[in-house]
Amino acid sequence: MTATSIAPNVAPPIDELAPGLVTRAREGDLSGSMRILIGLGVLGLGASLIGVLAGEEVRGQALFSYLVAYMFTLGIALGSLFFVMLQHITRAGWSVVVRRIAENMMALLWPWIPILFLPLAIGYHDVWHHWAAAVTDPTAAGYDHLLAGKASYLNAEFFLVRAAIYFAVWALLSRFFRNSSLAQDQNGDPGLSMRMARRASIGLLLFALSVTFAAFDWIMSLDPHWYSTIFGIVYFAGGVMAFFATLALLAMWIQRRGYLRNAISQEHYHDVGKLLFAFMVFWTYVSFSQYMLIWYANIPEETVWYAHRANTHWDHGVTVPWGYVGATLAIGHFMVPFAFLMSRHMKRNRLTLAIAAVFLLVMHWFDMQYLIMPNLESADHVHHHGMSLSWLDATTMVGMVALFLGLTVRNIASTPLIPERDPRLAESLRFHNI
Amino acid sequence: MTAVEAKTDVRLWGVVAEFATPKALYDAAHAVAEAGYRRVDSHTPFPIHGIDRALRHPPSGLGWFVAGGGIAGIVAAQLMQWWMNGVDYPFWVSGKPPYAWESTIPITFELMVLLAALTAVFGMFILNGLPRLHHPVFKHSTFHRVSDDRFFLSVEARDPKFDRHGTAALLEQIGATNVEIVED
Repeated sequence: MTATSIAPNVAPPIDELAPGLVTRAREGDLSGSMRILIGLGVLGLGASLIGVLAGEEVRGQALFSYLVAYMFTLGIALGSLFFVMLQHITRAGWSVVVRRIAENMMALLWPWIPILFLPLAIGYHDVWHHWAAAVTDPTAAGYDHLLAGKASYLNAEFFLVRAAIYFAVWALLSRFFRNSSLAQDQNGDPGLSMRMARRASIGLLLFALSVTFAAFDWIMSLDPHWYSTIFGIVYFAGGVMAFFATLALLAMWIQRRGYLRNAISQEHYHDVGKLLFAFMVFWTYVSFSQYMLIWYANIPEETVWYAHRANTHWDHGVTVPWGYVGATLAIGHFMVPFAFLMSRHMKRNRLTLAIAAVFLLVMHWFDMQYLIMPNLESADHVHHHGMSLSWLDATTMVGMVALFLGLTVRNIASTPLIPERDPRLAESLRFHNI
Repeated sequence: MTAVEAKTDVRLWGVVAEFATPKALYDAAHAVAEAGYRRVDSHTPFPIHGIDRALRHPPSGLGWFVAGGGIAGIVAAQLMQWWMNGVDYPFWVSGKPPYAWESTIPITFELMVLLAALTAVFGMFILNGLPRLHHPVFKHSTFHRVSDDRFFLSVEARDPKFDRHGTAALLEQIGATNVEIVED
């Protein structure tokens, strides 16, 4: 067989495609922001450590506040992995110019997300104590029949093994998709895009299962008598929404620093805004589905979860009773942003999109508080009645989010700002909505 | 002379011009809009990105119809369920209140989607002038090629800037190959 000379079907170098487009941050240009954010992260999490070491009463609060911050951040990181796989499986052209930002966010799934889980893994007995300390011996006092039945799943060893499996899945997926994309920057091989599209199908399946079970393990099992099979989707939908809000804000930040001004356009923001809107509505859809079915069936072991979140009395020293937090979510996580983001002009205007993104991130934090905090036991039982904020809520959130952003900025500074030789980059640069 | 002609041209619909390439049509659309014409439309075998902007078309008003349809669906669903379940024939099922907002949401959502979708389809028909079953632009002699390999631009006579000779001359000047005056 003679070697037929087929023209190599590789994407052209970026200089040919878009002359003058700067695709790398100048040396040291973003390091100031990176240092401030990572410093703030270390400071916040370091201060929270004092709470963990301060004694048993504060330790519960510290670990729960940390869990809220962790699940908030994890949702964004998992959202970025979902977004990248979704773009590959649909062979999307529009999103290439913003995909690298998502890839740099999902890079935190290894090793940072597992490292940040360590305090929870060490202190699991204080967080998930309902099942961790359940009495499963039928002859002993305080025997819990329901938890004894669940003990083959809800036990410390299997819990930690499952966590390791989730982290392994997320690490493998995020590293494969990011490394392939970075390799394509060098060789422009469209075969990598084809391979990523194929792998994304199995990747999304593994992703769906791992996120669902992680949400069961880390949030739902805080109230181990209760169960809802849709719970994983509720967490997923909120996390992906928070990811799109973060993506829009990071893209705006990069452009404010003077990069990609001719690459990311109003058209890309419009599409990010549409997806932000869609996942906000999807969160509402699944949250309401969960609520309505439980309300309708009216079975005590299911309604108890909402009963714990129904208080509307401003007593016991609560900041906001859980019933009003729930109402805040219905209004602020759905009604207000639904009306606000409906018009295309609101999604195409950077200022209004930024306002919606920040607002929805705040709502996502309320959501995490609502899911997690009512299960925190304390001597005064204040958390059973309403949201009761502690200084640890502030230090853990600031620390975790700042660290997440700082490490993301570090990744942004060390890689090309867009997938330079993605075969669909030209399409993305020219993209506009009809 | 033009004044006399205007009186006799009551059935004049407009001028239709043929172009050979999407590029020629796109440039012509810019030129016609630049000259101040607003009652202009393009007819092409496939969507041409940016042609709406080149023609300076205002956004479609269909969204407002759809919003109206959706709101009508919400109101109708709520009134219907409140009247039937809460007032006309209250019936206690498993201890739920006869009218409970939780159980009305699925119907409300479905009726909103149904009426919004129907309004979108029929609103589009009406905005396209439905009771009338044909369009004058089809009287152009080569217009059948619009679904094949030709690109057309039409300027309606009701455009304030319209002048049958001036408009036709402008279209020819910007590269049209087959300019015809079309009657209604």
